[in-house]
Amino acid sequence: MSEATTIQDPRPLGPVAYLLCLRGIVWREALRFLHQRERFVAALVRPLVWLFIFAAGFRSVLGVSIVPPYETYVLYEVYITPGLVAMIQLFNGMQSSLSMVYDREMGSMRTLLVSPFPRGFLLTSKLLAGVAVSLLQVYVFLAVTWFWEVQPPLIGYFAVLPALILSGMMVGALGMLLSSGIKQLENFAGIMNFVIFPMFFASSALYPLWRMNEASPLLYNICVLNPFTYAVELIRFSLYGQINWLALAVVVGSTAVFLGAAVLAYNPSKGLIARRGGPGGGA
Amino acid sequence: MLEGHEPLALEIDSVSHAFGARKALDNVSCAIAPSRHCVLLGLNGAGKTTLFSLITRLYNNTSGGIRVFGHDVRRQPQQALRQLGVVFQQRTLDLDLSVMQNLIYHGALHGIAPARAKRRAEEELERLGMTDRAGDKVRKLSGGQMRRVEIARALLHGPRLLLLDEPTVGLDIDARQSIVDHVQRLCRDERLAVLWATHLIDEVLPQSQVIVLHRGRVLADGPRDQVVAEVDANDIRETFLRLTRDGDSKRGAKDGDRAA
Repeated sequence: MSEATTIQDPRPLGPVAYLLCLRGIVWREALRFLHQRERFVAALVRPLVWLFIFAAGFRSVLGVSIVPPYETYVLYEVYITPGLVAMIQLFNGMQSSLSMVYDREMGSMRTLLVSPFPRGFLLTSKLLAGVAVSLLQVYVFLAVTWFWEVQPPLIGYFAVLPALILSGMMVGALGMLLSSGIKQLENFAGIMNFVIFPMFFASSALYPLWRMNEASPLLYNICVLNPFTYAVELIRFSLYGQINWLALAVVVGSTAVFLGAAVLAYNPSKGLIARRGGPGGGA
Repeated sequence: MLEGHEPLALEIDSVSHAFGARKALDNVSCAIAPSRHCVLLGLNGAGKTTLFSLITRLYNNTSGGIRVFGHDVRRQPQQALRQLGVVFQQRTLDLDLSVMQNLIYHGALHGIAPARAKRRAEEELERLGMTDRAGDKVRKLSGGQMRRVEIARALLHGPRLLLLDEPTVGLDIDARQSIVDHVQRLCRDERLAVLWATHLIDEVLPQSQVIVLHRGRVLADGPRDQVVAEVDANDIRETFLRLTRDGDSKRGAKDGDRAA
């Protein structure tokens, strides 16, 4: 305090201050996650159920022919693992958005937004914090799948990291955009039904797109337009040490659009918050 | 510091704000000098929280200007927000994190390194007599203790203007008194300017500046005794009741004119 009363204006916030802020936001998110063990278990059990039960049942029904990046016929488990990784991130991204709705109802979003850092930076930091949590979940899942004979080359485990950061950013930014428009916590069920499931099923996560094309050209086109398809493919290729450039471009582009829209939605003058009457909608 | 050259702690200049058709603030102007204790008195729905939201730039003022120590909150939000400490009406601590973790997180939001934030947090907690609770989860604290932690947090980055939005709501008499006393001491000893929004009239101190806000309009603004004298009342309670009643009847008359 004595410092503050003698200094007229504090020094401008430099790059170090920005890094400290980012680190603090990631640290808090990780602490919160570690305190919610059920959330971690749920995040892990969900894809494992798909892998152990759904995939086992389907492997006899559904043959997967040789599609890039695979060089031989692969088991169905192997095929859907990248899709399940993307699903972990999709759920995590939406759950972060849920926590933002919760934060806003509880008011702790306000403590974030009165920080002197630019709002775009704060929201991006929040997004990266969510991605960091999803990385933890994904690597634990991949470790389990290794014992289930889903064994991509070792290099894949490293190559997939940047892909995971990008795809995590994309779904997180989408969640953030949705969170700005959600008034109440209960609406998360709606998000599950109208965002998570359609995005997941209308993608290449569970079946190659050529199979979808055989079933219905319309559905195929929907899958092709679904950005989540590209997140799945980006992860799939990188897990085998390859880059799918189209997927990379779509994921980067979608992230930019979703994040830009989310920052705009949280913008104090133009955003939805201002129009709606602020967090809690109070006067 | 040169007293005469110091800008006002807070300057609100003809600010109006509406949510759709409902006008929450109607041409509000007021100012607070550095190290002044100012009570923003108003009933629920008077527009206090809207005013706080505009000062803290949760959303932007669309008309008029708001300056914190001379920095316009729209044009220079960074400088303005760094001078501000805020205690929101809702509880905003992470219940599952410890007191210290909450404070270090707040430090990070202001670009303060963890070690320094910890030192600052220890100073503030000591002043509040809560040093021994630093490692406790917030969930274990009483309502009054949580509020005190929130005040410690608001002061962590060394702001010169402290905003408190109904800080004593839901607290028992002792906890209330201790918060009122603590903030009064801060104002006196640390030369902190304070804007204290409340609907509880007994939180007005003898030395307070009083701003009466009613239905989005400022009905009175000045030192407590002056405001009381202006309406020829016996005390601030009577003053407040008279002002808000007159405000209502004038408004009623105006609405009636419009209807006719």
